[in-house]
Amino acid sequence: MADIAQDIPVVRQAPPPRSTRALGWLRVHLFSSVFNSILTLLAVGLLAAAVPPLVRWALIDAIWSAPNGQACHAGGACWAFIGEKMRFILFGRYPADQEWRPIAVVAIFIAMIAAACVRPLWGRRLAVVWFAGLSAAFLLMAGGLPGLRPVETGLWSGLPLTLILAVIAMLFGFPLGVLLALGRRSRLPAVRGICVGYIELVRGVPLITVLFMASLMLPLFLPAGVTIDKVLRAQVAFILFAAAYLAEVVRGGLQAIPKGQIEAADALGLSYLQRTRLIVLPQALAMVIPPLVNTFIGMFKDTSLVLIVSLFDLLGATEFALTDSNWQGFAVEADVFIAAIYWSFCFFMSRYSQLLEREFNRGKQR
Amino acid sequence: MIFQTRLWAAFAAVVATLCGLAAGQPAKAGPTLDKIKQAGMFSCGVPTGIPGFAQPDSQGVYSGFDVDICKALSAAIFGDPGKVKYVPLTAQQRFTALQSGEVDILSNNTTWTLTRDTDLGLNFGPVVFYDGQGFMVPNKLNVKSAKELNGATICVQPGTTTELNLADYFRANKMEYKPVVIEKIDEVYAAFFSGRCDVMTGDATGLAAQRIGRASNPDDYVVLPERISKEPLAPVVRHGDDQWHDIVDWIVFALIQGEESGITQANVDEMKKTEDPAIKRMLGVTPGMGKALGLEENWAYNAIKMVGNYGEIFERTLGMGSPMKFERGINGLWTKGGLMYAIPIR
Repeated sequence: MADIAQDIPVVRQAPPPRSTRALGWLRVHLFSSVFNSILTLLAVGLLAAAVPPLVRWALIDAIWSAPNGQACHAGGACWAFIGEKMRFILFGRYPADQEWRPIAVVAIFIAMIAAACVRPLWGRRLAVVWFAGLSAAFLLMAGGLPGLRPVETGLWSGLPLTLILAVIAMLFGFPLGVLLALGRRSRLPAVRGICVGYIELVRGVPLITVLFMASLMLPLFLPAGVTIDKVLRAQVAFILFAAAYLAEVVRGGLQAIPKGQIEAADALGLSYLQRTRLIVLPQALAMVIPPLVNTFIGMFKDTSLVLIVSLFDLLGATEFALTDSNWQGFAVEADVFIAAIYWSFCFFMSRYSQLLEREFNRGKQR
Repeated sequence: MIFQTRLWAAFAAVVATLCGLAAGQPAKAGPTLDKIKQAGMFSCGVPTGIPGFAQPDSQGVYSGFDVDICKALSAAIFGDPGKVKYVPLTAQQRFTALQSGEVDILSNNTTWTLTRDTDLGLNFGPVVFYDGQGFMVPNKLNVKSAKELNGATICVQPGTTTELNLADYFRANKMEYKPVVIEKIDEVYAAFFSGRCDVMTGDATGLAAQRIGRASNPDDYVVLPERISKEPLAPVVRHGDDQWHDIVDWIVFALIQGEESGITQANVDEMKKTEDPAIKRMLGVTPGMGKALGLEENWAYNAIKMVGNYGEIFERTLGMGSPMKFERGINGLWTKGGLMYAIPIR
């Protein structure tokens, strides 16, 4: 081998001349035709009109500390409002002297999500970690142990509530959705009928109606004095809703599995369970990662709808913070702040899904 | 799918009927006072955030006018203003929450109307705040009364009773105006504060909140004293427990009477030594009133000592002592030209 390598003459060539330095790059990318030149100039003009006022508002004229809202109206953005209300926006009505508890819960959730993203950890150990993490988070939020004051769920708010609602909806909604998708393709008419009926019913009504039913109608049917926890009601609504949507996503994957795969599994003598677990689902789920994550991202943001049943998730707590008469008129600043939080979570989900997609579909890449 | 749609519609109809029934027949709750005394606290349905009425401070502690009414009840019943569980409720949720027993009372900026009082199975306490449609003008126009608004340009939201009330008021007073009609309330306010119209009209509390919230200098604007529509806001309880209804009534009356008799948070202890028989009865020096209500004899003393009289509550949350800077106007005492009139406590 070494001989052959030596025989091939290596001709060292200089790289092609970089005639396209800055000017050349400009010509190729921005001014390649009259039309493109006009577009470029327009875009530059728009940026020139929009960016300086934005920078002036957000940075130069911004007020970074103020004793109250009235003193914060003079200049640009009032970031003092965020400083003042940060605690409330993030943790809402949770008792202020117990603040370390929601902080710990958010940390636990982020750690659990991070652990779930490391593929070598996947398996039974991860399930144990999640079970322990969720139990710890619940105990921390609700309290009741010695040394932990009980905090009723009505006071759970802000980022921890958003994370709890979204993560638990996905955690329980996903397996339920897979079962529904398999059931919808079942040969047994009763199973198929129930699954189709459930999926179509839940997908046929807006989430906001389900939440409304759960929070307004349900109490009227219960005997006087019996009330079901408000957070639990919303959580169940989210799980049921997520399941129906995820079922349709998973069904898309199931339908894309070539029939030959199933026949081959049957020919090998695998049972239905073995075939589904070993052949069908791994391929089907790998195929539907993008729409799955799409649904997850949608669900994460849909949790903000609990606002209408007066639970204060991240958005609800923000809107609530805006009603303080000492700090009136800072909706834009508050919205920018929580948009950044929502964006970070959603962007992370989207990037991670791209990574998974590449890894799982490596065999199909050209 | 058509079949399923129909099925769903039929289901919805059944639900709606049941709700109608449930709403018409008030829940048969036992005596509320016994229940809450046993629990050591009561739940109070408050708004999900209205500046001045129910708002959170940066630590998440509720404050405001509606909240103080709950505190006064708690002080009178338990001798401690903190025995309240605040349940934030949206306008859609609040009546269900009261009917189903999730809360014991609404202190929720609720307008008292005939249908709510009857069809919904509710009972209203005394009016604690008279809201109504009003006008806001820039100070530089030097207008002191709505009667001087002839020929003004007025910003108003279309398709609401606000617009109709405005037309009625000007017609009744034989005045002319030029409406600037804008669909979204947010943009209506923006138009007003940028000077596109002379006058802004809307609910007076909303005007006051926007005045402090949006104007770069709130003192450049003034809310005129006239109210051209009626929005009497009152606490609400369920049908079926007269004792609880009475307790709510008389605690509110005691707050108003406290202001009328000059009993304040600061001087209530001195007032106990007075010779005035009416004040002695009210503060429990002469016993009898508390027993009649099923409360301790010092119920009114506690409410005023711990929370303040009506005027103090108003000043602290909505009036000049607050950022809202709301005029007393029709919410003043009857002795000062307002509508607040306490029924004799004897």
